[in-house]
Amino acid sequence: MAMQTPAPVEYSRATSVDDAIAQMVGLNGEARFLAGGHSLIPMMKLRLANPGHLIDINPLEGELNYIREEGNEICIGAMTRHRNMLESDLLFRHFPIFREAEHVLADPVVRNRGTLGGSMCQADPAEDLSGVVTALKGIAVLRGPNGERRVGMEEFHVGPYMTNVEPTELLVEARFTVKPGGGSAHEKVERRAGDFAIVAASAALWIQGGTIADAGLACSAVGPTTMHIERAEQMLIGQAPSEDLFAQAGSIAAQDCSPSADGRGPVDYKRHVAGVLSKRALSRAAANALR
Amino acid sequence: MQVSMSINGNAVSHDVEPRMLLVHYIREMAELHGTHWGCDTSNCGICVVLMDGNPIKSCTTLAAQAEGHEITTVEGLEKNGVLDPIQQGFHEMHALQCGFCTPGMMVTGRALIDQHPNPTQMTDYEIREAISGGLCRCTGYTNIVKAIRWAAAYEASAATGGN
Repeated sequence: MAMQTPAPVEYSRATSVDDAIAQMVGLNGEARFLAGGHSLIPMMKLRLANPGHLIDINPLEGELNYIREEGNEICIGAMTRHRNMLESDLLFRHFPIFREAEHVLADPVVRNRGTLGGSMCQADPAEDLSGVVTALKGIAVLRGPNGERRVGMEEFHVGPYMTNVEPTELLVEARFTVKPGGGSAHEKVERRAGDFAIVAASAALWIQGGTIADAGLACSAVGPTTMHIERAEQMLIGQAPSEDLFAQAGSIAAQDCSPSADGRGPVDYKRHVAGVLSKRALSRAAANALR
Repeated sequence: MQVSMSINGNAVSHDVEPRMLLVHYIREMAELHGTHWGCDTSNCGICVVLMDGNPIKSCTTLAAQAEGHEITTVEGLEKNGVLDPIQQGFHEMHALQCGFCTPGMMVTGRALIDQHPNPTQMTDYEIREAISGGLCRCTGYTNIVKAIRWAAAYEASAATGGN
């Protein structure tokens, strides 16, 4: 019987973030950090990923599994499991989009293991959370042998399954600024419950005095990376929220994304869905911003 | 490498390759064949076991990652010859036909009842969502939902002495 097994690999456990980075430096960056493992292990079974060494960072949950408020920011540790983000009332209060996206991300058993850091670093263009982080203008905090640096989502994604994270760096946290009048929503169409999206749209709006002060819009599964729809964001800022306006933003999303045809549908269909979902997500984001 | 964990309350320790998956460790090293091995791609939920009480897919977890943790497999449900209410529920409600998905479904149902604040008030939607990480090709899920609900009701009634 065909059995999928990863190729032989060395394995070690990290005892702290500093130890994880020191181990990675000692291996010249030629290892992979193992978080929830729900993308990495399947890719190792398929021999699409062939790391010679795994540094297990699950022992770092004490250090890196948290959702907390720091001043006007919400900070999420990289080892925070999907289930923790789904259940967090603090996160829901500030960014309801997290609960919406986590609810449709894989299934509850996978959500017990998968992590924020794993999702972001896997950088699967069809994955939901990367869109959420992009729409919310999240900042990735990367720690390496030379200290910490912060990277915005516009630099974080550099290609399919490729990020700005250097081989000896570890994503330790994502940070989100809480601004007044915020609202957010996630929309997804998939073939069956728990599947990757055919298309997903993540939207965030900050509305003050009846005017959109800031906007975030990202689409998943319609391009080589998470698609940041910047032209729509620019168009929305300074306008009064309305269904017509959101329909225009949706049209921009449909034009600016770059889907390819596959088993999940042809290009024109995916563009259409990206437009419709963007409009719906913006409309619901506005509704909960004005709540 | 040496890997040690507790399976159903028994300490086990074996020298294995780091690449060994937890499902194979349970079946081949601990020789507990109740946990089934299905799609190997974390989609079917056949291989679900509990790690510290939470359902996880053992085909997508290295045995090494279970080091020091408490694993519960379907064999750990029955105590002293008495079926766990979740097992009894599957029997009462005819929640299996071929039985292949059953071990994963039962431990997932067990965790749902254990972690739900008010198990007798679980909605069908909550139960269906909890088991949505598992595939069953025989029952259409209807009887599995009934079985989990049966177990929750049985336990509530036993707890109040109304059994």
